[in-house]
Order: sequence, then C-alpha cells, then structure tokens
Amino acid sequence: MGDSTRLRVISRLSTEGPLCIARLSDAAPISRQAVTKHLQVLADAGLVRGRRCGRERIWELEPSQLETARRYLDEVSQRWDSAIDRLRDFVEE
Amino acid sequence: MATDYSDRIEKRVMLRAPRSRVWKAIADAAQFGEWFGARLQGDFVEGATIRGNITYPGYEHLIMEMKVDRIEPETLFSYWWHPNAIDPNFDYSTEPMTLVEFRLEDSDGGTVLTIVESGFDRIPIDRRADAFLSNDGGWTEQTENIERYVSGQ
Repeated sequence: MGDSTRLRVISRLSTEGPLCIARLSDAAPISRQAVTKHLQVLADAGLVRGRRCGRERIWELEPSQLETARRYLDEVSQRWDSAIDRLRDFVEE
Repeated sequence: MATDYSDRIEKRVMLRAPRSRVWKAIADAAQFGEWFGARLQGDFVEGATIRGNITYPGYEHLIMEMKVDRIEPETLFSYWWHPNAIDPNFDYSTEPMTLVEFRLEDSDGGTVLTIVESGFDRIPIDRRADAFLSNDGGWTEQTENIERYVSGQ
C-alpha cells in the first residue's frame, strides 16, 4: 500500500465513513477512473468493499470480524437499553 | 451495564415496582407486548411459539416470533428468538436463535431485573454485519443527498 493515493483513500474512509466515487475523487487532481482502479486494488487486498446503493456504489473500510461482532453486540445492547426504559415506564408509578 | 463477552449481553436494572408487578409485565404476553412493542397472539406457555406484529415505530412491517423456554413464576422467564429478524423476505427459521432470560430478585425499594441474551457466537458473521450495515442506510442516504446537492441536480 505504498501508493499515496491509496493511503489517502483509506484515511478518508476512516474519518468520513462510507463514500461514493464522486466524493473520493473530488479533492485531488485525479480522475474517477484512477480512483476506481485504486479502490479495486484495495478491495482485492480485503481492505475496502463497495456496496451498491441505488445507482451508486458506496465504498467503505472492510471491518475486521472482531469489529463486526463488537458493533453488532453494541447495537443489540442499545436495543435492550431502550426496551428496559419502556419496561420501566410501564411498571413504575 | 453490559458485560464484555463476545457471546452475550447482560443488563441488570433496579425497577421501583413490586416483584409481582414486574413479573406480570414480563410473563403476561399482552403486557409484554405493550411495553416491548408487539401485538402478540396467545399466552406465554413453556414450549409454545408466540408470534405477533411489531408495533415499534419503523418496524411495523415485521413479525416477531418467540419460542418460550422456561417459566418459573416471579423468578425466571426465558425464550428463544432471532434478535435481528429485520428482513421480511428472509426465512430466519434456518438460523440459530439466541436465548433471552429475564430473572427477578427482590430488592430494597423494588425489584432487580437481570436480562441476559446469549448465543451470539452461533450467528454467522455475515448476518451480524448485515444487521448493522442495514442501520447505516441512513448515512448512505445522507451521502447521496450531499452528492446531489453538490453536483447541482
């Protein structure tokens, strides 16, 4: 990953979250085709992934399995916090 | 406070209500549905499967299904379910279920309720990723809106 463009892509995805091609190529003097090529290299390396969103493709960092598990549990945990609040409202005077 | 295991979620809360009140709210299907957010059909009986439409805003298109496990009056209520059955077109019956256990204890001033949901390690990692990525839909929409605004459409 010696290429500075690829490093910049990773950095932006890390700080700004998922981005489409237009956003990723808006800052630097670089064409969308070039950015797409770099994204493909990163995707092949398992570092990013593209998701279809309507007619667009949104690119984001590939979360590690551990992070996926953690984020999932965080979400389930939040749902329970919310359910507990509703139970509390229901039973307390 | 959630404990830090990869396989389970644990919540322990103090409710300012008598134990019998808390128990009724949990073990009576109609009352459970009222605060939880589902219109459940039938009663909670050990071994029974109870279904109902979710009434929680934003999730009304979904049906919730619980398979009742154990009922020990005023002490333990447990059931199995699919915690993230958010795709109405997907058949979740092939997927592992998690176990939810509600435990009640007396306490000064009310009732201590412990909720444990366990069995997450048996859920495939792809399914877990889908669960939180689907909630990122809001972010994706936002990105598209910015895109359109910036490009002057």
